[in-house]
Amino acid sequence: MVKLTVNGREHDVSADPDTPLLYVLRDELALNGAKFGCGLGQCGACTVMVDGKAVFSCVTPILLLEGKQVTTVEGLGTLDNPGPMQRAFMEEQAAQCGYCIPGMMMRAQALLQNNPLVSDADIRAALQPNLCRCGTHMRVLRAVKRAARLMQTAGASSTGMGGGR
Amino acid sequence: MIARTIIAVVVAGAILIVTFFGWARHPAIDPIAQPDPHGLDTALVRHGAQLAALGNCNTCHTAPGGKSFAGGVSVATPFGTIYSTNITPDPETGIGNWSEAAFRRSMREGLDRAGRYLYPAFPYDHFTLLTDEDDHALYAYLMSREPVRAAAPRNELRFPFNLRIALAGWKLLFLRKGPFEPVASGSEAWNRGVYLVEGLAHCGACHTPRNRLGAENKNDRFGGGEAEGWTAYALNQTSPAPVPWDVDALYAYLRNGWQRVHGVARGPMAPVIDNLGVASDADVRAIAIYIASMSGPPTPERRRKAGELLARTGVQGPGSNPVSGDSTTTAQAAKGDGSGADMGGMIYQSACAVCHESGRPLPFGGMDLALSTAMQGPNPINAINVVLAGLPAAEGERSPIMPGFTGALSEAQLTDLIVYLRARFSDKGPWTDVAKHVRDAMTGNRRFATYATRGNASAPADSSQREKPW
Amino acid sequence: MKNVVVLSRRSVLAGTGALVFSFCSQSRLVAQEAAQGGQQSGAARALPGSLKTSPFLDSWIRIDANGSISVLTGKAELGQGIKTALLQVAAEELDVALSSLTIITADTARAANEGYTSGSHSMQDSGTAIRHAAAQVRALLIAQAASRFALPGDSLRTENGSVVAPDGRRLSYGDLVAPEMLHVRAQPESVLKDPRAFKVMGKPVARVDIPAKVTGGAAYVQDLRLPGMVHARVVRPPSYGARLAAVDTAAVERVPGVIKIVRDGDFLAVVSEREFQAVKTMRTLAAAARWEENAHLPKQDDLPSLLMKLPAQDTAILDQRQPPAAAQKTVEATYTRPYQAHASIGPSCAVAQFENGAMTVWSHTQGVYPDRQAIAEMLRMSIEQVRCIHMEGSGCYGHNGADDAAADAALIARALPGRPVRVQWMREQEHGWEPYGPAMVTKVSAAVDASGRIVDWDYAVWSNTHSMRPGGAGSLIAAQSLSQPFAQPGPKPIPQPEGGGDRNAIPLYKLASARVMHHFLPAMSVRVSALRSLGAYMNVFSIESVMDELAQASGADPVEFRLEHLDDERARAVITTAAVRFGWSSSPLPGGRGRGFAFARYKNLAAYCAVAMEVEVARDTGRTRVLRAVAAVDAGQAVNPDGLINQIEGGIIQSISWTLYERVTFDDTRITSIDWSTYPILRFNAVPDSVAVHVLHRPGQPFLGSGEVAQGPAAAALANALASATGHRFRDLPLTRERIKAVLPV
Repeated sequence: MVKLTVNGREHDVSADPDTPLLYVLRDELALNGAKFGCGLGQCGACTVMVDGKAVFSCVTPILLLEGKQVTTVEGLGTLDNPGPMQRAFMEEQAAQCGYCIPGMMMRAQALLQNNPLVSDADIRAALQPNLCRCGTHMRVLRAVKRAARLMQTAGASSTGMGGGR
Repeated sequence: MIARTIIAVVVAGAILIVTFFGWARHPAIDPIAQPDPHGLDTALVRHGAQLAALGNCNTCHTAPGGKSFAGGVSVATPFGTIYSTNITPDPETGIGNWSEAAFRRSMREGLDRAGRYLYPAFPYDHFTLLTDEDDHALYAYLMSREPVRAAAPRNELRFPFNLRIALAGWKLLFLRKGPFEPVASGSEAWNRGVYLVEGLAHCGACHTPRNRLGAENKNDRFGGGEAEGWTAYALNQTSPAPVPWDVDALYAYLRNGWQRVHGVARGPMAPVIDNLGVASDADVRAIAIYIASMSGPPTPERRRKAGELLARTGVQGPGSNPVSGDSTTTAQAAKGDGSGADMGGMIYQSACAVCHESGRPLPFGGMDLALSTAMQGPNPINAINVVLAGLPAAEGERSPIMPGFTGALSEAQLTDLIVYLRARFSDKGPWTDVAKHVRDAMTGNRRFATYATRGNASAPADSSQREKPW
Repeated sequence: MKNVVVLSRRSVLAGTGALVFSFCSQSRLVAQEAAQGGQQSGAARALPGSLKTSPFLDSWIRIDANGSISVLTGKAELGQGIKTALLQVAAEELDVALSSLTIITADTARAANEGYTSGSHSMQDSGTAIRHAAAQVRALLIAQAASRFALPGDSLRTENGSVVAPDGRRLSYGDLVAPEMLHVRAQPESVLKDPRAFKVMGKPVARVDIPAKVTGGAAYVQDLRLPGMVHARVVRPPSYGARLAAVDTAAVERVPGVIKIVRDGDFLAVVSEREFQAVKTMRTLAAAARWEENAHLPKQDDLPSLLMKLPAQDTAILDQRQPPAAAQKTVEATYTRPYQAHASIGPSCAVAQFENGAMTVWSHTQGVYPDRQAIAEMLRMSIEQVRCIHMEGSGCYGHNGADDAAADAALIARALPGRPVRVQWMREQEHGWEPYGPAMVTKVSAAVDASGRIVDWDYAVWSNTHSMRPGGAGSLIAAQSLSQPFAQPGPKPIPQPEGGGDRNAIPLYKLASARVMHHFLPAMSVRVSALRSLGAYMNVFSIESVMDELAQASGADPVEFRLEHLDDERARAVITTAAVRFGWSSSPLPGGRGRGFAFARYKNLAAYCAVAMEVEVARDTGRTRVLRAVAAVDAGQAVNPDGLINQIEGGIIQSISWTLYERVTFDDTRITSIDWSTYPILRFNAVPDSVAVHVLHRPGQPFLGSGEVAQGPAAAALANALASATGHRFRDLPLTRERIKAVLPV
C-alpha cells in the first residue's frame, strides 16, 4: 500500500510501488486529466505537479511520492468552478483535439506558481517538453499569458482555485 | 639607517614597478576601417568557418537566444564572473576596427587591440599555437559575420583580479607563445591532432585540472577538469571510462555524437560535437589519434575488466532483465535492511531500468549504466546533472531524449539513487559528499548548462544494432 | 440491437409524443427503398448532403415527448469542433437554444452511415443534411401546430422550442411531435433561415467539448472505464510480414494478475487485470518472442528514383496540351516527399466487449461503419452482431492506428467473453504501425511567354494509394496476422475530382495548355493510407513552388502573377486578403529573412486558402523559423468562425512541422522512426511569433470543407519564403536544417 496525496486528498493505492504515477491516477483514482502519450518522458501529455514542480507522471514511480503533494488538472478547478488556468484555456478556446492540453496546463501552472511575471520567451521555453500535434501552440501561449493575468488579479493561492478530487 | 633602508626599498620597488609596467604595457594597434566582407575570398572564409567550429568560438561568444558571436556569455571562474566579448565586426562594440595584426596578437598573446590583457577565460594559451595562415582565415571569417551592436556586460571580478595588468604575471608564468611546431617523430596525422587539440579545440581548457591561479596544470595534462558545472573526465591514462577509448571509438564519438559502448555526448560536449560536424573526417580522426595517444594502450587488467563487461552487457534485451518484467522483484531487488540502498535500488528498477535495461541500442536507447563513465568518475556531478535535467530534445532533428527527474526526486531520494548507482555499477568504492553535491545541484548552488544533444546523431544506427521490437 | 419491432414497442410504452427513429444501416435503407418503389431512389439522389443516403428526417433530428432534442450525425468529433458546428446548424434551423440540444455521433446502432469523417466532408455532407433536416422538421412542427391552432402556418413563428401563434398560444415541440411524424423522407428543397437572421450559425460559439477536456472530464475513448474491464497489450512484430516463429508464454501465463495470453497465428497479446502489468508482461513476451522477418524496405535515399521506376497505372487527369511553338522561359523541377506520419499524440486505443454473441467496440476510428464491417468480417460474424461506437481519441489527421486498435480489442474480447477489454497501443507501435502518408514525386515543366502568361504546363505525380482504410478485414493488421489471415486488398486510386495522390494536382489557374499525369503505384513496401489533405499537400507544394519560379522568370510579383491567372472571384479574394493583411510587398527585408506566398482551393471544390509567410534563416547554422504567417480562408458559410480559424492555424503549424522536419525513417527491414526522439516534430521554440487567420464570410453559400485546406499552401509559402531568403529553391521535403545550411553562403 502506498499513500498518495492527490489534489489535497489522501489515497491508499493498491498498485505496486514501481507503478508509474500515470497509471495510478488514471486507473485507480479514475482521474482523466493526465494522459498516456508516450510513456517515455518525451511528449508531456502526462504532466502533473509534484510539490509544485512539473513532472512526467509516466516515468515517476509512486514509490517516490509518499509525503508529496500531487496536483492534476482536476486540482485546478471544476466544471462548475474552474480555476484561472482552466478559465483561460476555455476563454482562448485553446484546444483542438485537446489531448495534450491538461499536460500543457500543468506545466504552465508550475511555471506561473513559481514565476508570476513571466515573459513570452519564458513561457515558450517552459513549455518545450510538451508536444502538441494539432498545432494549437499559438492559443496555448495566449491562454498561459491570460492565466498569468487572471492569477495576478485573483491573487490565487499556490494550490490553485476551486475544489479538486 | 632605517630611513635609508626604507628609501632604498622604496626606490628599488619603484624601479621594479616602473620596469614591470614598462615591460608589461603593450601598445595599442591602430584601428582600421571595417573590412569589406564582400572583398573576402570565399574559400578563405569557408576555411575560417571550419576553424571557428573547431575552436568552438560560437559556444562562448553566442549567448542563448542571442545573435551569433555577439558575446555576453557568462563564464564562472574562481575569481568572479567574466562575460565573453562581441567578436562580430561591429566597429564600436565588436572587433570591426581590428586589423588582422591586432586579431593575430590577441590569439597569439592575449592582448586586445588597445593593448589590454585579455582574461585567459579566452584560452589564448591554446590559440597561441595557431599558424599565421589559420589566424588569417579566422580573421576573414569573423570579419564576414553580421555586425551586431551589443556591448558585453562588465566583468564581475574580485580585486585584484579585476586589474588586467595583473595578467602580465600570469602570462609570464603560463603562456608558451606559439605558433605550433610539429614534432618530427610524430606522424602527420598525430601532429595535426596535436595542433588541433592543443590549439584551436583547446580540449585541455576543460579536461586538464587548473592550479590556484586558474592555469592548466601542466603536470597533469588531460587529467580531468570541469566546464559549466560538469566534470570533464580525464583523457589520459587515468581515464575512468570502463571500456578504454581507442582511436576508432573516439572518432565515432566525435563524428556522430555517440559511441556504442561509451554513450551519448551531453552537457558541454554536445555543442562541441555539433561544431565538429563541419570538420573534415581527417581532422576528426587526427583529434582521435592524438587523444588516444595520451592514454596509451590500456593495462591488461583494464582490458580484462572491459572484456568481461562487454560480454555481460551484450545479452540485454527488452524485458530480458527479470526485474523489468515483474514488479515483485522490484522490491526484492533491494537489500532487505531498510537502508537507503533499498530506496536507491527501487528507484533505479522502477524509474531507470525501463529505458536503461531495455536493450534499445544507442544513440536513442538508454545506455547500460555499467558502461557509463559517469558512474566511474571521481565525483557524482555528471550523474546528478543527467538525472535532474535529462537530455532535452533537439529542434527538429533526431536526438536522444531523456526526461529529467527534477521535481520527482527529493534530495534524499536522489542521494540514495546516486549512492546505489555507484555501488551497483562501479567497483571503485563510494563517492564522498553525495548529499552535498545533490543539494548543490538541486538548490542551484551549482548551476550546470544543459544542451540538446544533436551532433550527428542523425547518422542512422547500423542494422546490426537496430531497434528491438516492442 | 435496434429494429422496427423494438422501436414500435418503445413508442407504445412512451405514450403520445414519443419520437421513433430508425437507424440507417445500408440494409435497412435498401429495404425501405424496395418497399416504396424504385422512384423514390431518384428523389433520394437529389437530396442535399448526406440526406442522399439517409433521407429520413429522424435519422438526423429526434424529439422526445418531453421536448428534448437530439441531433444525430454519422460524423465523428476529431477535435475539429464538428460537434459544436453541427449543433449550431441544428439550433439555428430549429430555432432552439444550443444548450438544449444533445448530439449523438457516429454509432452503428444509432446514427446514419456517413462513411468516414474525412476529406473535409463533414460540414458539406452532415452539416448540409442536418441543416435541411432541421429546417424541414421545424416546418413539420409548424404545420402540426397550424392544424391544431387552426391557423395558417405562415402566421406562426418558432421561439425557444415552441411554436407560437399571434395570439400568444404556444405549443412546445414535445407537445407537437407524434410517433413516426419525423420518420418521413426529406424533400429536395427546404426553407432555410436567412443568414441575416442567424443567431448562432456564423458565430464563434464556444466548443461544447472543451470544458470537460480542461477540467478532467471523461472525453476520450482512453477515459472509458467499464465494470470488470481488463487491460491488454499487443506484441507487434518487428517489421511488416514478420512470422512469429516461437514464443514461450508459459512463464508469463503463471504470473499472478495475468489473465490470458491470446495467440492466433502471428497475433500475440496479453491481458492483465492491471494496466502496468500488461505493459511489463508485453515487454517480457516481446523479449521471449522469435520472429522471422521478411520485409524488404527500399533504400531511403533512393526512394524518389525507385518510385518513378515502379509499375504504374497512368492516367491523364487533365489532357489539354497544346505546347506553344515559340521558345519561352521554361521552368523544370522535380519535387520529392518522404513518407510522413500522422504521429497522433495519443497512441490508438479501443475497448471491446463480447457478450451474448454481440460485439461492441468503442473506437476513435474515423469510420464506424467500415470498421465494423471489417471487424465483423475478421471475426466471421454478421455485421448485425457487431456495433461500433465512436469515442474521441487524440487528433488523428487521417487513417492512423485507430481502426487496427479496434480490431485488436475485438479479437481479444472474443477470447474473453463478457469482459470489456481495453487495448492501448504503445508509442512505438503507433509510430511504427500506423499507415503513413505516402512518399511522392512530382515533375513539372512549365513555360511563360513574354507577357508573363503561362503558356504550357506539364505535370506528373507518382504516388501510392492514399487510402487503405477498412473496407475489408484485409486492411486490418490484426486480420493479416491471423493463422487464417485475410489478404490485404489491392489498392485503388480515388477518382477525380477528389483524388488521392492526384488530389489538387490540377491547378486552379487559367492554363492555355496543360497536361496532368497521375502515375498510380499499386506496389507498396511501406504501409500507407490517408494523411490530412492526401496528395494535396505535395501537389500544392509543387504547383505553388513552380508558380513562384514562373513569376520570377517573368519578373512579376508572385501575388500579382497568381491573380493574373485566376478568374475565380473567391480565389482572388482570399489571395488579395492574405496579401494585404500580411503587408505583402517587394521591399527589401533584413538579411536572412524572406517572404513567400501560396494559394490553393482544396480539391478545386472545397475551401479556398491563401497563406503568406515570413521566415528567418540563420546563416551560420541554417536554422529556419517561421516568424509570422497570415492566412485568408473562404469556407462558404462559416458555421463557427473560431473553429475554422483554429483549424487553419493548426493546419499551418502542422504543415510547418511536416515541411521542416518530418520524414519516416527505416532500414532494410524495419521502421526506425518509432518515437519522438526519432521522429521529431515542432516544439514551442520553433513556433512562429504570430499566425493570423482572416475568414472571408459567405453567408448563404454552401459549406465548404476546410479542415485540410491549409496544409499545401503553408508548405509552399514556407518554401517560397526560403527561396526569398536564400536565393535557393528547395524541392526535397523535408526542408531540413542540413539541406538549408548546405546552400547558404559561408
